[in-house]
Amino acid sequence: MAKSLRIIPEKCTGCMQCELACSWVQTGTFQPSRSLIRVNIFDEQASYAPYTCFQCNEAWCMNACPVNAINIDEDTGAKVVLDQSCVGCGLCTIACPFGTMFYSPDTHKALKCDLCGGDPGCASACPTGAIEYVDSESGDWLGDWAEKVNSKYIDSLDGGGA
Amino acid sequence: MSGGWIGTILRINLTTGQIAKEPLNMDWAKEFLGGRGLGAKYLYEEMDPTIDPLSPENKMNFVTGPMTGTNASTSSRFTVVTKGALTNAITTSNSGGTWGPELKFAGYDMLILEGRAARPSYIWIYNDEVEIRSAEHLWGKTTWETDDIIREEGGVHDTVVSCIGPAGEKLVRFSAIVNDRHRAAGRSGVGAVMGSKNLKAIAVRGTGAVPVSDPKSFMASMWTMKDKLVEHPVTGEGLAAYGTAVLVNIINESGALPTNNHQMSQLEGADNISGETLADTRLVANKACFSCTIACGRVSELPGEAQDKFLVTTRPHNWKIAVEGPEYENAWAMGADCGIDDLDALIKANALCNELGMDPISFGATLAAAMEMYEKGVLNDDQTGIPFNFGNSDALIAMTEATAYREGFGDELAEGSKRMCDKFERPEFFMGVRGQEFPAYDARAIQGMGLGYATSNRGACHLKSYTVAPEILGIPEKMDPAATEGKAGITKIFQDATSTVDSAGLCIFLTFGVGLEEMQPQLAAVTGINYTVENLLKLGERVWNLERIWNHKAGFSGKDDTLPKRLTEEPISDGPTKGQVNRLSEMLPEYYEARGWTSDGEPSEAKLKSLGLE
Repeated sequence: MAKSLRIIPEKCTGCMQCELACSWVQTGTFQPSRSLIRVNIFDEQASYAPYTCFQCNEAWCMNACPVNAINIDEDTGAKVVLDQSCVGCGLCTIACPFGTMFYSPDTHKALKCDLCGGDPGCASACPTGAIEYVDSESGDWLGDWAEKVNSKYIDSLDGGGA
Repeated sequence: MSGGWIGTILRINLTTGQIAKEPLNMDWAKEFLGGRGLGAKYLYEEMDPTIDPLSPENKMNFVTGPMTGTNASTSSRFTVVTKGALTNAITTSNSGGTWGPELKFAGYDMLILEGRAARPSYIWIYNDEVEIRSAEHLWGKTTWETDDIIREEGGVHDTVVSCIGPAGEKLVRFSAIVNDRHRAAGRSGVGAVMGSKNLKAIAVRGTGAVPVSDPKSFMASMWTMKDKLVEHPVTGEGLAAYGTAVLVNIINESGALPTNNHQMSQLEGADNISGETLADTRLVANKACFSCTIACGRVSELPGEAQDKFLVTTRPHNWKIAVEGPEYENAWAMGADCGIDDLDALIKANALCNELGMDPISFGATLAAAMEMYEKGVLNDDQTGIPFNFGNSDALIAMTEATAYREGFGDELAEGSKRMCDKFERPEFFMGVRGQEFPAYDARAIQGMGLGYATSNRGACHLKSYTVAPEILGIPEKMDPAATEGKAGITKIFQDATSTVDSAGLCIFLTFGVGLEEMQPQLAAVTGINYTVENLLKLGERVWNLERIWNHKAGFSGKDDTLPKRLTEEPISDGPTKGQVNRLSEMLPEYYEARGWTSDGEPSEAKLKSLGLE
C-alpha cells in the first residue's frame, strides 16, 4: 500500500523540527534552507502550515520530465528523482502546481521528497503529530482541509465580516 | 570534525561603518560556551565597565550558543550582553524565536556592535553580504511595521528581523529588542542601548548549516532529552496546555503572587487572568520557538466587544489579528501587581508592549509603584492625567502607549520604578534590586527567591535561579518555601547551572524536565569536547563570577545584595503566608561562604584563580 504525508495544520506550533530533520537526512547537518518540507508562518492568523510533496497521483513533475528522471519507488510509492538521469533542466519545478519540486544550485539536479525511503524524518521529528505518514488511499485530506477552510471563510462572511 | 560553533564573529562599528569578520576565540568558547557566558567574556575583555550605558562606548554582543540552530529541543536562544540602561549592571537578556539560529545559518556565532551611527540605520545580513542601511524611513515605526517593511524591501524570503520599537528610540529605560514580532530580549533596557546607537534593526537570513561533531551520539542523546521533556508533567503537559500562566493560580494559592506593588500577596480575581481561563476563552493556538518541543507560547484573540473596548485609535490596523501572550510574568506585572484582573486588558497591553518594544515586567511594576504613590497622595490627577487607582485597566492601556512614546506621565514611568520613586522622594516604593523591578514571586513567601533576587547580577530576576521549582513545585525535590535552611546552597547551584544553560543556547524552561545530566552528552556530541557534568557546573560558576567581578568594576559591591524594606520588615498581611518576611540576613553569609567569597561579598582571589579568572 502506497503511503504519503498528511499535514494537520492545526497541530503545528511552527517549531521547524521537520525542516531540521529533513536537512539532517540529506546533509548530515542542520540547514533548514535545504529542507524539502517548509513551514509557512502566518502570525496574524495564528496559522503555521508545513507543506511538502504529498505524492499526488497526477505527478506533473514526472509527466513533465523530458528524460524520465522521475520514477515511482516500488517499495514506498514515492515519486523519486534519479540523480544519474536528471539533467537539471528545471521543467519539473515549473510543472509542479504545489511548489514542492526543488532545485539544488550545488548539484544542478532536481530535488523532491522521497519519503526518506519509507521512514520520513519530518514525521518522526514532529513533536505534536502535525505530520502523519499514512496510507495515501485513506482519503482526500487536502480536499477535506480545503473544504473546512472554505466553510470557515464563508461563515465569517455570513457573520457580518467579524 | 568540530561542530556546534561556526567559528566566526561579525564585528560592526556603527561610528566608522567598518564591518569585519574575525575568527571566534576558541579558547574562550570552550571555557564559556556561548550565549550569556561568551558574551560576558568578550564584554569583560573589551569594554570599560564604568562607561555610560547609553554612550557610544557601550558595546552590544548578540551571542548564540553551540546548541543554537541544532534540533536539540529549545535550541533557539541567543543572548544580548551589554551594560543595561536600566541597571548600569551587566545584562544578559535572552530571546527565542528564529533570529539566533538564523544568525548561525548565516555563518556567525556572534555579532559585536560598537559605536553609534550618525543617522538611523539598520543592519542587513544575508550570509556573506553584510550592509549598514539607512533606517530614516523606519524611525518611529513599531516593531511589527519595521518587521514588515524590512522583509518586503529586502526581497529575501525568510528574513528574520530583530528590532526596537518607539520605546527603544525614546530610550525608555526598560525598552526591549523584539524579534519574530513577539519574542524579546526584554529586560534591563537593552532596547534603549540599541536606540542610543541609532540602530533600528538587525535583519538576518542565512542558508548555511550548523554541523555537529558526533552525529550518532548527538541524535541518540537528543531523543533521550526530548522523550523526557514529553513525559514530564510540566514540559509535556502544563506548559503546553496552559502556557506559563498556568502558574497564576498555583502561585496565588501559595500566597506568593505580589499584588498592588507588593502590598499584598494574593489577588482576589487571579483566576480571571490564569492560563486556564486564557485557554478556555481566548486561546487560538500554541506557538513554539525554533526547535522547541514544549511550545509554551500563547496566541490569543480578543472577541469583538473587547476589541471595541480596547480600541486604541492610533493603531486600528491591528484589529482582528491574533497576538502572542500573555505569559505569566506579563499577566502578573500588568495584572496582579497593578490590581488588574481583566484578561482582555492584559492581552491588549501585552501586545502593545511587543509592538512598541517594551519589557512588560518592568513597565507593569513601575506603573504599580506609581499607582501606590497615587493612592497614597504622592501623585494627583493633574500629574497622572488619568486616575491611577489599582485595578484601573484604562490607565494600564493608556500608559502602555504613553510610556513607550514618553508622553505625559508616561515620561516619568519610562525612567523605571527606581528613578521615578527617587524623583518623587519615595524610594521605599521601588520594588526591585540593582535598579531592576522584581518579577512575579513574593520573596517573603518564597525565601530562596529573595536570595536569588538580591544576588542576581543583572538585577532582580526570576530566570537566574528559579528556586520556585523546588520551593513551590517540588522540582526536583520539595523544599519548604518558608524556611531559609539549605537555600544558600540550592541558590548557588541553580545560578551556576542556569548560567550553563543560558550559555549553551538552550532555554531555561527545559530544566523543569531535565538537568545538566541530559544536556552534557548533547553538548559533548555537538562540540566534540569531553564536557562532564562537573565541569559544566564549574563553567556556569565561572560565568557567574565573571559577571560579578564585572559589576564590581562597574561600581557595585556586596552592599547591593539587598531587598527593599517592605520584603524584609513588613510582614505579609493576609492569606496562607500571613506574617512572613524575607530573612535575607540569615541566608546571605552562608551564600557568600558557599561561593567562596569574602564576608563583604567580594569573590576571593583563590576562588577566581580556581575558575581561571584571575
